[in-house]
Amino acid sequence: MVTYIKGRGDRNLRELVDLENGVISREVYVNEDIYAQELEQIYGRAWLLVGHESQVENPGDFVLGRMGEEEVILTRDRKGKIHVFLNTCRHRGMKVCRYDDGNALVFTCPFHAWTYDTDGRLVGVPHHRDAYFEELDKSQWGLAEVAQMCNYYGSIWATWDPKAPSFEDYLGPFQRTVRWAFQASDGTDAGVELYKPAQRWRLPSNWKFGAFSFAGDSAHAAMTHLSVNAAAIGPQGEVEGGGRHPLAAPFPSKRGYMSSRELGHVGQLAIYEQPGVADYRDTWLLEPGVDDYWRETREIKQQRFANEYLHMQSDGQFHIWPNATMSDWRILMWHPHGVGMTESWRQYQVDKNAPKHVKDAKRRYVMRYCGPAGITESDDMENWNYAHPASLGMVAQRFPYNFQLGLHHNHQDERIPGVTIGDRGPSEENQRARLRRWVEFMEAGSWDDIFPVRKNGKSNGRSKGGNGINPTW
Amino acid sequence: MTIQSADTAWERMLLEREIERFLYDEAALLDERRFSEWGDLLAEDIHYHMPIRRNVKFGEQHRENTDTESEISWFDEGKRTLMGRVRQLNTGVHWPEEPFSRVRHIVTNVRVMSVDGDEVEVSSNFFVWSNRLRDECVMFIGTRSDILRRDSETGWKIAKRLILLDQNVLLAKVFSTFF
Ligand code: FES
Ligand SMILES: [Fe+2]
Repeated sequence: MVTYIKGRGDRNLRELVDLENGVISREVYVNEDIYAQELEQIYGRAWLLVGHESQVENPGDFVLGRMGEEEVILTRDRKGKIHVFLNTCRHRGMKVCRYDDGNALVFTCPFHAWTYDTDGRLVGVPHHRDAYFEELDKSQWGLAEVAQMCNYYGSIWATWDPKAPSFEDYLGPFQRTVRWAFQASDGTDAGVELYKPAQRWRLPSNWKFGAFSFAGDSAHAAMTHLSVNAAAIGPQGEVEGGGRHPLAAPFPSKRGYMSSRELGHVGQLAIYEQPGVADYRDTWLLEPGVDDYWRETREIKQQRFANEYLHMQSDGQFHIWPNATMSDWRILMWHPHGVGMTESWRQYQVDKNAPKHVKDAKRRYVMRYCGPAGITESDDMENWNYAHPASLGMVAQRFPYNFQLGLHHNHQDERIPGVTIGDRGPSEENQRARLRRWVEFMEAGSWDDIFPVRKNGKSNGRSKGGNGINPTW
Repeated sequence: MTIQSADTAWERMLLEREIERFLYDEAALLDERRFSEWGDLLAEDIHYHMPIRRNVKFGEQHRENTDTESEISWFDEGKRTLMGRVRQLNTGVHWPEEPFSRVRHIVTNVRVMSVDGDEVEVSSNFFVWSNRLRDECVMFIGTRSDILRRDSETGWKIAKRLILLDQNVLLAKVFSTFF
């Protein structure tokens, strides 16, 4: 059990994260020792989103990804199997792949030419016969592969920890939500592809500012995004005040902050008062023919789910612990890059089968909305950027952050068991849920301490049988 | 190089000088935050494109810059969106520019590449420096390929701008100026 942080005097992590009172020490965000501990305790253990199968469609395709601070290669081998490898040569550590993406027969290291197959096997070593005397066992020196990988409806997730629970168990009540994010607009599973490539950029701020704010901080929007509507970036243009989101037809629902306190996944999602899917409302008023496609696919989706309540899976955005924010149109990754730096990635889904004019319209919308040139997101970057240095001071660190919005004003709803719902939005309950899970990961000696859930501060063991789903979810 | 309507070396020099002056004036409008006036220099049908630059294998240089047909770029838009950005900058509450940055556009290596009737293809390099609040510094260096169109009533207009920024992972937190 790693209860204490190193450096600056030993203090219990729970002293820094007081969830009962909604008071969190700034050290959690800015202390370098805590950051180093995060890389090991969180990024060395958790399931992390690496990419999507559409990025590696053909045998030999590869694309670089990231897990925590470290670079990985997402690749499809010659037999069609997807792998995730650490991008480092087993000989002396050189990056074996320095291209962002492409297609390869083998990865040949530029240092001394060790050569790896796309399935990770070390297949070529110069001087293997004449100077290694054939004593080097190539089967032991393949690329370092993740301990577990999961292709979840097209999205590729991986963990370095062989003891991590299955990805489905890891998601708990958010399984349906992740599944929805990779459905096509007509409701077919695994029906999307990602536009290429990812937008990647550096934000001088701790990774948690972005990662813990999304799907948990609607209170920021009115002030932070005061300037966005002036630009009228929504697909509807100036109509109805130039909002940045597409127009949508109403559907009887209760929207709210929803979190799994046990697992740390959260969302701004909805419970529906009736089965089915909302009608389509025309919104692509600036781009002829685009609404026609989405109206048709919506009708198919309506038929498909006519009798189903799509709680937590039809609307909104969510965050999978620890650093993947997503919805059905975008994926936001918050990669740690030093205690005071985040490498932020944006990727965007679109229906695989959509016609070109539809793909183009959506692509232009996401580019003007998101990323460092995004008319919306650029305002967020400034606030996260400067919250960090203003928290660094010796005196500043005496004053904790306030996470009291909506504190203790939560309820449950039997329609979505295992999920805590804020009584009223806005609330910071979703941020508190992530901090709760944060403490557990930071303290845990192994996965045994943190799965399925900790009750009263103690592990209640791991559930192994059946589908592995804890009945309390 | 095909210079059709600048037949002599002298005409060509005058044209190049005129284009240079246009680009310098344009840069000054941005540095002086006269964004609405800058917007007046954009043709109604402008295509403003800043691709993402990939690290690619030798022999795959055609994939180095993301394309406007199917891929994601940093900017890939027309006048409507650009003027939306101008309106946003002019609100006074667009936080990455409030308080505003000290931005300087250095435009160099201006070359007229070809002339086609009223349209001129121009290549130039840029160094954009931005300094903000107390000590935030950002540099953007790259090259541009423009189509400038002569409008007999209102002067030169930018009809097309391809911006190649010499970065892969963007080392700035936002783009809050134009290039
Ligand atoms: S480091 Fe790769 S072959 Fe030596
Ligand atoms: Fe925001």
